Amino acid sequence: MIELMLSAALVMFGLAGAIALIRIIIGPSLPDRIIALDMIGVILVSVVAVISVILNTRAFLEVILILAILAFISTIAFSRYIERGAIIERKRDR
Amino acid sequence: MTVNFAILIPFLAAAIIPFLDKRLGRVHIGWFALLIPLGLFIYLASFIPNIAAGETIIHTLEWIPSYDIHFTAYVDGLSLILGLLITGVGALVSLYSIYYLSPEESLKHFYLYLLLFMGAMLGVVFSDNIMVLYVFWELTSISSFLLIAFWYHRKRSREGAQKSLLITISGGFAMLVGFIMLYAMTGSFSIREIISVISEHTDHPLFLPAMLLILLGAFTKSAQFPFHIWLPDAMEAPTPVSAYLHSATMVKAGIYLVARFTPVFGGEALWFWLVTGVGLFTLFWAAFHAVKQVDLKAMLAYSTVSQLGMIMAMFGIGSAALHFGYSTESVVYTQATFAALFHLVNHSTFKGALFMVIGIVDHEVGTRDVRRLGGLVSFMPITFTIAMIGSFSMAGLPPFNGFLSKEMFFTAALNISELSIYSLDTWGAVIPVVAWVASVFTFLYSMMIVFKTFFGPYQEEKLERPAHEPPKGMLIAPVMLGLTVVGLFFFPNLLGDNLLRPAMAGIFPSFPEAELGVEIYAWHGFNTELFMTFGIVVVGLLLYVTLKYWRGVYVLFPERWSFNALYSYALHQMEIRSRTATKSYMTGVLRDYLVYIYFFFILLIGGALVYTGAINFSITENAPITPYEWIIAGVMFIAAISILFAKSRLTAILLNGVLGYSIAVFFVLFRAPDLALTQVVIETVTTVLFLVSYHFLPEWEREHDRKRRKGLHLLISAAVGTIFATIALAVHNGKLFESISHFYENSYELAGGRNIVNSILGDFRALDTMLEVVVLLIAGVGVYTFIKLKLGKGDQRLEDQ
Repeated sequence: MIELMLSAALVMFGLAGAIALIRIIIGPSLPDRIIALDMIGVILVSVVAVISVILNTRAFLEVILILAILAFISTIAFSRYIERGAIIERKRDR
Repeated sequence: MTVNFAILIPFLAAAIIPFLDKRLGRVHIGWFALLIPLGLFIYLASFIPNIAAGETIIHTLEWIPSYDIHFTAYVDGLSLILGLLITGVGALVSLYSIYYLSPEESLKHFYLYLLLFMGAMLGVVFSDNIMVLYVFWELTSISSFLLIAFWYHRKRSREGAQKSLLITISGGFAMLVGFIMLYAMTGSFSIREIISVISEHTDHPLFLPAMLLILLGAFTKSAQFPFHIWLPDAMEAPTPVSAYLHSATMVKAGIYLVARFTPVFGGEALWFWLVTGVGLFTLFWAAFHAVKQVDLKAMLAYSTVSQLGMIMAMFGIGSAALHFGYSTESVVYTQATFAALFHLVNHSTFKGALFMVIGIVDHEVGTRDVRRLGGLVSFMPITFTIAMIGSFSMAGLPPFNGFLSKEMFFTAALNISELSIYSLDTWGAVIPVVAWVASVFTFLYSMMIVFKTFFGPYQEEKLERPAHEPPKGMLIAPVMLGLTVVGLFFFPNLLGDNLLRPAMAGIFPSFPEAELGVEIYAWHGFNTELFMTFGIVVVGLLLYVTLKYWRGVYVLFPERWSFNALYSYALHQMEIRSRTATKSYMTGVLRDYLVYIYFFFILLIGGALVYTGAINFSITENAPITPYEWIIAGVMFIAAISILFAKSRLTAILLNGVLGYSIAVFFVLFRAPDLALTQVVIETVTTVLFLVSYHFLPEWEREHDRKRRKGLHLLISAAVGTIFATIALAVHNGKLFESISHFYENSYELAGGRNIVNSILGDFRALDTMLEVVVLLIAGVGVYTFIKLKLGKGDQRLEDQ
């Protein structure tokens, strides 16, 4: 039973990812795409968690953490990019 | 002292000349240079008694023994003749050039090149090892190149030097290949050994190619038709150089080669016809064209070409004797070779003298143009006398040595025309006819040299300086050569017995030496040859008197259709064509180069796959594919395809991120946590980097390529993908042995770590890791320098300095 549920969850996450991917591809605006990518990141966190349960291992827990941090960072980077046109601002004296 | 050191002495002297020139101060450096050939001449002359007695001298220094290449000096009659010519004429030319060249010229260069040439030439004639011979051969080409372009500020000098270098070096390369073929056949680099074993190899498939290639080398060096074109252009060199290199020595190198290899290839019909035919045609062609020249040096250049052709033809005729092997009848034909050797010496003497005379005329009145000269006889009586001796000898008149060798040439030509081998019974009659016609023209231009220069009206207004006799020092060398010309007429057998006869023994090793050689008589009765000479004089005089009526004949041979024009055209076209060819594929567009790379990848790897039949699509042994894998693969597929059609760069970057993260999920699915971790981090960093540089990138432009081009790119990318997939499948299915991963399973016992991946990276295969770290370091340093080291305003680029 639990096996089936996990598999179903994975398939649904996959579908969610695919839908998010469509949003990335067709846009239409840049924020739409960035939100979609952020979503994909969160979906991936869940997918990795489910897979860890299926594989019965704890080796991938770091991946979840890293993925969560990085999804956050990349979303921030994109947002800054949209806001300012650059991610890392330069010092004025240079 | 051995002969090997005699060869090396000019090189040593050449090395110290620049230093000496600084020290000597006001003394002319030529006096030092003069000592070298003079000393060597005396040294080589001391061999004459031994050589005349039939001995040969050989001495070997090991150079590259593991490759069978030894610096072997071999002295026999043939090489001694050339050696004496090189050093003797070399000494006279050095003496002459002391007075000819003004001290303002760059004398140290002149004598350095001259000595370099002298040493190289001695090396050519004394080397027994063909590889060493080739080395010296190229050295003569290079030093001749340097000497022709001695006045390098003149355009014509540079062009002449380039032309002679291109032609002689290409011939030299052909010769090298021929030599290597000889080695492949006989297994020896030594000429003597090759001669002794070559008779077993005449059926070898390489025999004829080797012969042709070596002949090509000899013909280019000796300015035979159609490679004669470099010699007239080489007349831009200073006159002593022309006298030395382009009449007496370097152009004889090819002759020497033919003579040296006669016992190897002689006796073959092809050799006979090539050497004789090319020689005869060169003799005629150049004599015919010498008449139309207006520059005295050009006239002499063509006459040199013509005389070289004559010598070549005689060597060709003489080689027929080898066809029969030794018998009393065949000895008759060796007489031609004897005549060739005799004329070789004669030509060096009178042509050297003539060049020096022309140099004197040029030096004293400032021009060599026949149309501006005339009536110099009363101003320059001594110069005139030498010019007359030289020209009459060249024309073949008594009492000069040219008469003897030309009569012998006619004898040889008449003899050979009666021979019945090599289909000579049909073509043989042509030989004496061509020889006679060519001699008429030889007579004609010889007379022109003397009479147009020294007789007729004296045109002072056309000369740069009033004519007068040159300084005495300048006359010494031509006077001595003139005396040799006359002396050889009266005492020809002195030369014949002491040098020519031993040389013949080298060329016809299978013949008994006593039978070889000819007793030369100045007067040999009223025979056909003498009447031929009478005919030459009569017809020649007639042609000379009526010259202005038939000069129009040369309009038939315009410059446009000459080999010179062909050479220039070919050179020009080669430059243009190669530039066009290079421009056609070197477009400067990176995409085109990628197309080439992938095209050849498809061709080579795809071709290899098909050729070896390695394609193997079987997937029966693969692990089953789970649904999650299908989903992730599907997502990746959509993302990858969408990148190709993305409208903006940002979309492409985002989709690329999707691909990267999906790979991370694959790593998770395939149980590789370390890879997944790294992949996630790296993917994020890469995406951020893309965004950082996004600002600096140009607008995302759709390429408006032609449809066909797009189709080609599509085709190529599809093919590359297919081939990679095919290879992956083929490799996967073609496992040769069990994997070695079980070794790492006990990583805890061996390395003290439970994480196999980390143990491999940090312990088992740590060297790779270290170098990867270095790669990252280099990349970091590179990025830092790119950012920090910016060019300020007005600074110079480092790479432009």
